[in-house]
Amino acid sequence: MDLYEYQGRDLFERHGLPVLAGGVATTPEEARAIAERLGGRVVVKAQVKVGGRGKAGGVKLAEGAEETVARATDILGMDIKGHTVHKVMITVTADVAEEYYFSYLLDRANRTFLCIASVAGGMDIEQVAAETPEKVVKAPIDANTGVDEAKAREIVSAAGFPAEVADQVVDIAVKLWQAFVAEDATLVEVNPLAKNADGKVLLLDAKVTLDENAAFRHPDHEALVDQASVDPLEQAAKEKDLNYVKLDGEVGIIGNGAGLVMSTLDVVAYAGERHGGVKPANFLDIGGGASAAVMANGLEIVLSDPSVKSVFVNVFGGITACDEVANGIIQALGLLEQRGEKVTKPLVVRLDGNNAEAGRAILDGANNPLVQRVDTMDGAAERAAELAAAGV
Amino acid sequence: MAIWLTKDSKVIVQGMTGSEGSKHTRRMLAAGTNVVGGVNPRKAGQTVDFDGTELPVFASVADAMKETGADVTVIFVPPQFTKGAVVEAIDAGIDLAVVITEGVPVHDTAAFWAYNVAKGERTRIIGPNCPGIASPGASNAGIIPADITGTGRIGLVSKSGTLTYQMMYELRDIGFSTCVGIGGDPIIGTTHIDALAAFEADPETDAIVMIGEIGGDAEERAAEFIKANVTKPVVGYIAGFTAPPGKTMGHAGAIISGSAGTAEAKKEALEAVGVKVGKTPTETAKLMREIMSAG
Repeated sequence: MDLYEYQGRDLFERHGLPVLAGGVATTPEEARAIAERLGGRVVVKAQVKVGGRGKAGGVKLAEGAEETVARATDILGMDIKGHTVHKVMITVTADVAEEYYFSYLLDRANRTFLCIASVAGGMDIEQVAAETPEKVVKAPIDANTGVDEAKAREIVSAAGFPAEVADQVVDIAVKLWQAFVAEDATLVEVNPLAKNADGKVLLLDAKVTLDENAAFRHPDHEALVDQASVDPLEQAAKEKDLNYVKLDGEVGIIGNGAGLVMSTLDVVAYAGERHGGVKPANFLDIGGGASAAVMANGLEIVLSDPSVKSVFVNVFGGITACDEVANGIIQALGLLEQRGEKVTKPLVVRLDGNNAEAGRAILDGANNPLVQRVDTMDGAAERAAELAAAGV
Repeated sequence: MAIWLTKDSKVIVQGMTGSEGSKHTRRMLAAGTNVVGGVNPRKAGQTVDFDGTELPVFASVADAMKETGADVTVIFVPPQFTKGAVVEAIDAGIDLAVVITEGVPVHDTAAFWAYNVAKGERTRIIGPNCPGIASPGASNAGIIPADITGTGRIGLVSKSGTLTYQMMYELRDIGFSTCVGIGGDPIIGTTHIDALAAFEADPETDAIVMIGEIGGDAEERAAEFIKANVTKPVVGYIAGFTAPPGKTMGHAGAIISGSAGTAEAKKEALEAVGVKVGKTPTETAKLMREIMSAG
């Protein structure tokens, strides 16, 4: 889960890291209250989970409450790279003398964590990394020994931080590592880490990604989910423990196993190229051992998406037996009828693997006019795309 | 002979007395796996009956190894206990630990991997969040269905469970030496490269199917490895060509961030080193079929 900057700032503050005083507003009036509390000159920053907002005009200075309200009014509702701004963060300003870069992240290739640090931070860090890689230090971190003062000093010296800020950056590096571990983050990025005119080092930005697998030991992380930005179908699916991602096509997809479902999306998209450009409407993995109830929940979610014109149920019976899946589909259609939801969209079902023959016989025997059986994945995708194109 | 898991492998199950653990212990036994016991400190000294096979429960992996000569452990414990279970297996010095558990925090995986490295990588770890490893006709450690394919000379390495099964099924008449599901998490113990190296060295494997998916750069690094080290034919498949950036597709590792991790980039990297990449699983199986029939 990616956090908004203001959530990251709060998280840093909780872990004793030096951040600017500030607050978050969803309306110009809330912005006024914060500006009045902070007093003087403030910076108004669009809260979007995408980079480059400064260049897009989403970061503005304001002098006093009236100007803050004006800037907040400008920025709220703005579109930045397809993201609508619903919140602004307002902080006091920092008289920035120097900008650095500091982050901890997951290093998949080396199966460990990595610290990236540079004294050439700021908006153009990516360019710096590409053109003058020697200015960017990448230090692997042992997950078990972590970052203590000695390790932090090593990084700070390798990155060439000026002597007058070294102690402060060492302290920040250690505390930031502690926050990274304590919160089960997979990324904490500070750009810029800045020295102000008084020589004090501050974290002026916060990019934080939290590991959802670790939610069981962080009950407080649930509150960080931005409900307003969650797709209602994704929310409904989550409540039913279904792994669902809304996409923008017309062919509803249900399958078992993340890899197979991803593959199904591809095969349907290829077939769609021959049928009016129809695309997958969603990703839905019902997992292993799909019972009739799980299948019914899955079908209910997929069918409640108004853009869905046909549904492709693609199941490979590994541990799951296909006869149980077939019974599940038939019962699911019955269950949906009972719940008062008339199913009108065609279902293309492909069953293969464990007990496939029995499963196919069950589907044939049920003789439901909405259910069509195709025995290969490619053929079924073709049929589902064709039906979606006809139904559009 | 196969890789890493043979008919001589002696397998224990950490979490054997739990619901998933007991269900799959029964399946592994039915597949002919030499399962010799389980580990649960609270039930040490008891035995569990699996359709007539009495399996002893030991207090620790070390005890189980001492009493039975076990060299493989399959781990089914819940995510919050997985790190502890893997560290215990590493401490006991077991050869192979197969971590089936899904939903392990990545800090825990990073920690047990760093611990394994510090101990000299005595233990091969497969997973977490993987279906396990199967050498058809010989042994099966994990949850891969045993009966969907036959014994043969194709090696298979895959990030995805059901795509593994799909491929095993498509090529069931030709058969496999070993199928390894390495899992879709951001940090995993055994990589595509590890499996490619083992298959290259295995005299019972003639050709290799490699299944990848979006996220990370493991497939790109595998391509470099293939170029330098693999002489056997390799056929590839990548899932997630149409996945949008920034959306996690089921596996924690399957997410496109920025321009990195796209299926197209992975396909190009593999094709550049002579790997034939199928557009669909079925087409991929067909490519392998052509290679095997050309002999």
